[in-house]
Amino acid sequence: MQQKLDRLKESPSQTAGPYVHIGCTPNFTGIHGIYDEDLGTRIINDKTKGERITIRGRVFDGTGTPLRDALIEIWHADANGIYPSPEDKRGEADPNFRGWGRSPGDMETGEFVFETIKPGVAPFKDGRPMAPHVTFWVVARGINIGLQTRMYFSDEKAANEADPILQRIEHKVRIPTLIAEKTGDGEYRFDIRLQGDGETIFFDI
Amino acid sequence: MADKDAHNGAFYQRDREWHPPAYAPIYKTSVKRSPNAALISLDNTISEITGPVFGHNMIGEYDNDLIQNYAKAGELPIGQRIIVHGRVLDEDRRPVPGALLEFWQANAGGRYRHKKETYLAPLDPNFGGCGRTITAEDGSYRLRTIKPGPYPWPNGVNDWRPAHIHFSVFGHGFAQRLITQMYFEGDPLIWICPIVKTIPSKEAIESLIAPIDMENTIPMDARAYKFDIVLRGRRSTMFENRMEGN
Ligand SMILES: [Fe+2]
Repeated sequence: MQQKLDRLKESPSQTAGPYVHIGCTPNFTGIHGIYDEDLGTRIINDKTKGERITIRGRVFDGTGTPLRDALIEIWHADANGIYPSPEDKRGEADPNFRGWGRSPGDMETGEFVFETIKPGVAPFKDGRPMAPHVTFWVVARGINIGLQTRMYFSDEKAANEADPILQRIEHKVRIPTLIAEKTGDGEYRFDIRLQGDGETIFFDI
Repeated sequence: MADKDAHNGAFYQRDREWHPPAYAPIYKTSVKRSPNAALISLDNTISEITGPVFGHNMIGEYDNDLIQNYAKAGELPIGQRIIVHGRVLDEDRRPVPGALLEFWQANAGGRYRHKKETYLAPLDPNFGGCGRTITAEDGSYRLRTIKPGPYPWPNGVNDWRPAHIHFSVFGHGFAQRLITQMYFEGDPLIWICPIVKTIPSKEAIESLIAPIDMENTIPMDARAYKFDIVLRGRRSTMFENRMEGN
């Protein structure tokens, strides 16, 4: 026998269930007085540098019905492409930028809304620029393990074409599922389809 | 400069055969909420290695005490008083300090404080059902609560959830993001629950079952359960990204 690697296994995922909002956005569900404010409500403030944008969208199931019990989180770089995380050793991120947002979606329509800034360019592992993008993480009842995807911007055509992640996607026909449509000045729409026609690309990353 | 802790590279690949599959027909809601296409596999980039930081200063005094954080002055929730404690570690057994844990659960009767909840067990006016904490330098955490009750749910006509506490976990990188559930040693409902059964192996299921921990029990007050959480480990960067042959 050889030596043992002696590693642990990651805790297995379990669905967030129908009541994830109790734990993650209690004020949204009407549980007041425990936390002053739900986490992830504000990504930017008045002093944050960068172009203001609003991202809206919904999450659809395989029948085309919007989810009204999902929790959507986003994570993205500041206007200079730096992440507000000690794991980013390239420099100091904008101190007025949180980088992370969380939305329970509208109780009736399921629409999520994020008020943030357009991210800058961050490098791929080999130094090539990645097009501006926003990482999405979606959980809900019926989702056994969180789904991760990326949102790119429809008005960054040249950068998207040179993006090392998008370039590696074999089925080019699916790439539009990762690109948010610009619907107005600073307004983007990014719908996520969990299954079937126009199914969003999800990553194991 | 030599990096003392060179384990700051990409996170280890997730073992998708250990986790529940997206499509698990025994859990009916997963049928239409699971992608058909294969996930696209990519090594982490800076966008996944990084993640938000949560400071200890954002945590209120009673945030990890579900017995007190919603109770009216001078009152307490009904149910079995318990402590849940453990550590957040990575797959290499390194502690994960500064990890944000958020937890939520039903009350002692199995009822959630939620508009869409229809179970006839009553709400407890002194129990909100959520809390949070941040792990210490050694990865440890502790919370106090009421033992949640099992509850019926619409899947099969007679499916019941074992008693459980939901945990949402942030490590250091967004790629470590995880939501899971903690179960209690000795609960016979664990082994007949469709949501538990989405997990492929008995060994993986057992890793979510917290044992009773008499050494951490407070005599005449609250029993303790120990629940460790494991997040993805990460590669060393010591021999990565170096020019060779120069
Ligand atoms: Fe639950």
